[in-house]
Amino acid sequence: ISFIPYLFKRFQNFLPFPGRIERFTFYLLDYNLCFDKQVVYMAVVGSFPFNSFLSGVLSCIGTAVLAVCLRIQVNKDNKEFKDVAPERAFADFILCNLVLHLVIMNFLG
Amino acid sequence: MASPESAVNGPTMTAGAASKSLRNAFGGVIAFIILVLIGVLAFSIRLFSVIKYESVIHEFDPYFNYRVTQFLSKNGIYDFWNWFDDRTWYPLGRVIGGTVYPGLTLTAGTIWKVVNSLNIPLSVETVCVFTAPIFSAFASWAAYLLTKEVKGPGAGLTAAALLAMVPSYISRSVAGSYDNEAVAIFALVFTFYLYIKTLNTGSLFYATLNALAYFYMVCSWGGYTFIINLIPMHVLLCIVTGRYSSRLYIAYAPLVVLGTLLASLVPVVGFNAVLTSEHFASFLVFIIIHVVALAYYIKGILSPKMFKVAVTLVVSAGLAVCCAVIAILIAVVASSPTKGWSGRSLTLLDPTYASKYIPIIASVSEHQPPTWPSYFMDINVLAFLVPAGIIACFMPLTDSSSFVILYIVTSVYFSGVMVRLMLVLAPAACILSGIALSEAFNVLTRSIKFQLPGIAGNPSIASEENGSSTVVAPNDIPKTEEAAKEKPAKKNRKKEKENVEKKPTPSKTEKRLLVLPLEASVIAVLLLVLLGAFYVVHCVWAAAEAYSAPSIVLTSHSNDGGLHVFDDFREAYSWLSHNTDVDDKVASWWDYGYQTTAMANRTVLVDNNTWNNTHIATVGTAMSSPEKQAWEIFHSLDVKYVLVVFGGVVGYPSDDINKFLWMVRIGGGVFPHIKEPDYLRDGQYRIDAQATPTMLNCLMYKLSYFRFVETDGKGFDRVRRTEIGKKHFKLTHFEEVFTTHHWMVRIYKLKPQRNRIRGKTKKSKSSRSVSSKRDVRGKRNPWH
Repeated sequence: ISFIPYLFKRFQNFLPFPGRIERFTFYLLDYNLCFDKQVVYMAVVGSFPFNSFLSGVLSCIGTAVLAVCLRIQVNKDNKEFKDVAPERAFADFILCNLVLHLVIMNFLG
Repeated sequence: MASPESAVNGPTMTAGAASKSLRNAFGGVIAFIILVLIGVLAFSIRLFSVIKYESVIHEFDPYFNYRVTQFLSKNGIYDFWNWFDDRTWYPLGRVIGGTVYPGLTLTAGTIWKVVNSLNIPLSVETVCVFTAPIFSAFASWAAYLLTKEVKGPGAGLTAAALLAMVPSYISRSVAGSYDNEAVAIFALVFTFYLYIKTLNTGSLFYATLNALAYFYMVCSWGGYTFIINLIPMHVLLCIVTGRYSSRLYIAYAPLVVLGTLLASLVPVVGFNAVLTSEHFASFLVFIIIHVVALAYYIKGILSPKMFKVAVTLVVSAGLAVCCAVIAILIAVVASSPTKGWSGRSLTLLDPTYASKYIPIIASVSEHQPPTWPSYFMDINVLAFLVPAGIIACFMPLTDSSSFVILYIVTSVYFSGVMVRLMLVLAPAACILSGIALSEAFNVLTRSIKFQLPGIAGNPSIASEENGSSTVVAPNDIPKTEEAAKEKPAKKNRKKEKENVEKKPTPSKTEKRLLVLPLEASVIAVLLLVLLGAFYVVHCVWAAAEAYSAPSIVLTSHSNDGGLHVFDDFREAYSWLSHNTDVDDKVASWWDYGYQTTAMANRTVLVDNNTWNNTHIATVGTAMSSPEKQAWEIFHSLDVKYVLVVFGGVVGYPSDDINKFLWMVRIGGGVFPHIKEPDYLRDGQYRIDAQATPTMLNCLMYKLSYFRFVETDGKGFDRVRRTEIGKKHFKLTHFEEVFTTHHWMVRIYKLKPQRNRIRGKTKKSKSSRSVSSKRDVRGKRNPWH
């Protein structure tokens, strides 16, 4: 039970990441919120334009996943990605996002 | 390039490095030349049918694809997406844009457009005929890339050479076989290559390419469900065996999201991408990998004791939620009768399903389980090399080699269910055989090289080995850059084999590599080369004799050795296109639907797409009924001509009389007044004097054997090898309009309704009594 305050304390120490990485957490939380809103809307209104619903939620999930991938690659503690420059990781991220949003735009209807 | 030159370390290090890079470059050039030759080989081994017959499209399905490509090239892509075809499945029509896998036709259409814009005047037919060989060359190159990622360039070249020639792949991609698998196998191997590459490098760029290649695969073939189930299985395997890494996450998670989106873009798949059970595995593993990733992340943050506490807390809370979700899911899935799987997938999972429930799927000859000889025919020597390759994959076991092992195991299972899926087994078998052969050659030539006189003793060789092999990371990621290539002292006999220094060596400190005795290795190398020679001979024979028949043109050898060509099918179709009106409807069994619409350009009732079982059962019932009932059925569908295929004069075994029992079964599945035992005498299917009266009176019998007795006076059927039962009869409701040269295709016209019907002009009372009598007498026949 003392685990919860302990976790909070660890998190306090943990949060001052190198600046860019800390923003990821909030970026992800934001997308999570967006996703939940869409699901609630669909549950309320009904899923008639199913492709729009699908593209909306999948875009949320997709960008969240890609952000996680970028964070994995940019994190300096991660020894498997030592030889990948963060600029290259970011460029890949941009490319992947571009393709994702192109597809979503097409699927939105 | 002799090895003593590079055995000197120290002061000549720069010279050694320079010679090493020169050797690297030389090896790269050789590899490139070999790949070009493999591409040429793959292309040219598929050209036998073009040389023997002509540049014609084979079989049945390719004719439909050809017709669609013609439409695409004439009308452009927007009309193609929105095309509603009213010349088939009369009177229902078919939404082509939404029910066809567009990858093949779009690819060929693009090639045609590009080539014509460069002012090279190739017709659509030529492009269609040669698409398959071109893409088989691409597929071999993709297999090279894939195996290079798994084991190394030597194995890659071997695997590519094997795939270029394997008979199973040749059978579906010969020049003229313009079918989905021609591009789909290339897409399959390429998608797997990009997945493995992403797994090895962990780069999002390759993950994007992987998703795009998967999109191309979804466009091309219904077999894409194999990919979307195999990759989650592999991810699960990696997680369970403790090989989880963040590269796995990067390889898998974007693929699922992007791949599902892209798959939903293809009209054939549409919302099935999220609604059918075939995709549920990917979503399930998606959730699992997120849970695992989160678990690892938290484990990295917390100390071990706290982690245990956190785990128990989370597990107890999460389990309750999980159970609720799973209960809901199971209720939803179980409420549908097929548990959410499509009929085709169910036939793969439960091999007895089709014969019980869907006779149409069971009747297709490609869907039967293969026999043991067909394995040897189709993958030949590879059947023996695959187990060796599996063992070679285990030392050492990396992510990519575990993927290949999983691929071969699942494809062996599926190929055991359906002959057609031997095609999916072929690339896996080639990859593993390539690995096995390459490893074997590596060990043997190393033994030979180190035991030839003139080489210094073992220790310096061993140190040279360590110096020239690249540094290997402690974990098992195979390096993707080329290491130094060692050319053996012996010259290579076969140009496809290339020897590469194998890496990663199991441990860096291994000083003494095992060598076999010199004589044994020489003999073993010779034997392996002989094995390869047998394989090549078999493949060329299979391509030339077994798989190059276009089946729309048949040949046989006459007594004096000349070639006799049976071109009856095309004769019949051109007669139809020249002598009938454009709007006339032609009824035949569904096998010939595609060819009739493509070549004769007439509307048909049913074709090879077989999506509407009831419509096919209607045609089957008509073929099994007596003349009058059949006439009424056809008349209600506006049919003007009936086409039957008959092989009794020349001995062509795949004619309609041999397929007739399937017509009875399929028709009887929907219309219960057609019973199969009515057509069998003592359980045997006969057409001679012992046949049942139902059989002798049915439309198929009459249309096949009308005037048959005039050919030889006795009515001896060469296929069934008996004389027919009913020899002299007249047709009352049909008239014969055309029979081809060898009597293989016979076309009949429906006689128009009589103007005066005898007996019907009496008072209505008697006609009512006549009709009521007919109802009571016949079994419940819906056509009265």
